[in-house]
Amino acid sequence: MRQNPSEARPAAVRVAGLRVVRGGRPVIPGLDVEVPAGSVVGLLGPSGSGKTTLLRAVVGVQAQVSGTVEVLGEPAGSPSLRRRVGYVTQDASVYTDLTVAQNLDYFAALAGIPSRGRKAAVAAAMSDVDLGGHEKQPVRTLSGGECSRVSLAAALVADPELLVLDEPTVGLDPVLRRDLWETFRRLAASGKSLLVSSHVMDEATQCDRLLLLREGVLVADITPRALLEETGAPDAERAFLALIDAANAVGADGSSPAAGGVPGAAATGRAREEDGR
Amino acid sequence: MNLTFATAARVLAQLRADKRTIALIIVLPCLLIGLIAWMFEDEPTVLDRFGPVLVGIFPLIVMFLVTSVATLRERQSGTLERLMTTPIRKGDFVAGYAFAFGVLSLLQAVVVVGWSVWLGMDVAGPLWLVFVVAVLVAILGCTLGLAASALARTEFQAVQMMPAIVLPQLITCGLLMPRDQMPEVLEWLSRVLPLTYAVDAMQHLAAGEEWEGIQGSVAVIVAFIVGAVVLGVLTLRRRTA
Repeated sequence: MRQNPSEARPAAVRVAGLRVVRGGRPVIPGLDVEVPAGSVVGLLGPSGSGKTTLLRAVVGVQAQVSGTVEVLGEPAGSPSLRRRVGYVTQDASVYTDLTVAQNLDYFAALAGIPSRGRKAAVAAAMSDVDLGGHEKQPVRTLSGGECSRVSLAAALVADPELLVLDEPTVGLDPVLRRDLWETFRRLAASGKSLLVSSHVMDEATQCDRLLLLREGVLVADITPRALLEETGAPDAERAFLALIDAANAVGADGSSPAAGGVPGAAATGRAREEDGR
Repeated sequence: MNLTFATAARVLAQLRADKRTIALIIVLPCLLIGLIAWMFEDEPTVLDRFGPVLVGIFPLIVMFLVTSVATLRERQSGTLERLMTTPIRKGDFVAGYAFAFGVLSLLQAVVVVGWSVWLGMDVAGPLWLVFVVAVLVAILGCTLGLAASALARTEFQAVQMMPAIVLPQLITCGLLMPRDQMPEVLEWLSRVLPLTYAVDAMQHLAAGEEWEGIQGSVAVIVAFIVGAVVLGVLTLRRRTA
């Protein structure tokens, strides 16, 4: 078991021996990861690496899950967690025929916010995602980027302790991406925990920790600084490619994984690599 | 309970935003009843006999279709998956839909019955019971639609659920042929299908009977509603593949 000495609080998410089967195929053959409380953890990996499946297991909507998934100290999917965990799916999952305010008001009501406090909660969530002034607009008439921000606001309005975000910045322009990451940092500073999947690599540097996933196997669990230092790559994107290439090489020759196969693994003792078969 | 009403309010807000669907739900049955009234202009007793029965059949078809499509939309848009991560219970979801479409069907029943009476339909039994049966049938259609939508993976399948589940009931409900003249097997089939009891109740009301004459049928319709709600809740899954 890893320990994070700087964190007194229990981990926001603790996954041990997670195995998920989809369509008869183990998309996650056996996974151990941890999301420390009060931090932003980035989940990176090529498409099909199991990022969404892991996030769905954390929020408790994934079927055929075995192993331990503990969220805020309780088993994932427990009814009591549904008030404390916010989930934003990859495609905007809001009602396109309703206005922005109607959507947020409904999700605030589901979170148990009494009707008196709902207006303020909705306004706060709208300003978090910079959508002020669009209250009365039907979501259907918004741009793709605005839609995904409504979807994010629908999770923020419930003020969850843990936010699970599946590619929240896809389709957003650089200014909005920067603003959203500032929002994520602010939420983490106020004690919230965030698990954010992404494949925009320059966003990786904004995270406290990075989890690199490949074919459902954890390739690295590392800080952004250590990732750059130990791969010697000039930026996060190339560092990420170096790790994936190294993991692919190990996977391809079928030999037993060697600690030196992945940069960072030997130095940090945290990165893992397995070929997953 | 609060979440049931929040969900019902949300579904009603969605309906309000879709004026064309509301218009279709309310105008179409009026149009069809108008056609029948026109066709049998010289025999006003036809409208007296069949008007109430039709008022009892329309809501089943319409609400079944609307709900199964609406629920499928929730599944495909990802909003259902998101709802399943919130404190909403599956019963809240099903009851919220049933409540919202119940309100819509009340509106439909008022307009359609009012229109039929204006066209000359003369119901021998109490008119308010015609409303009650029409609204119950609408809620039945809605809950059956919720249960059936779990079986459909695509829009094509969802739309085909209507003929699969509603048409056999239309054929055996006693509208085409009095049930006691049917082959025995078909009569038995009609007894296990809920629309039979709606038509039966409406026929009794048209014949001038009061509450005592239809309470058995109404009880069966209510039992089917409860059964469909249970089925709808059971087929809703929090965890999916």
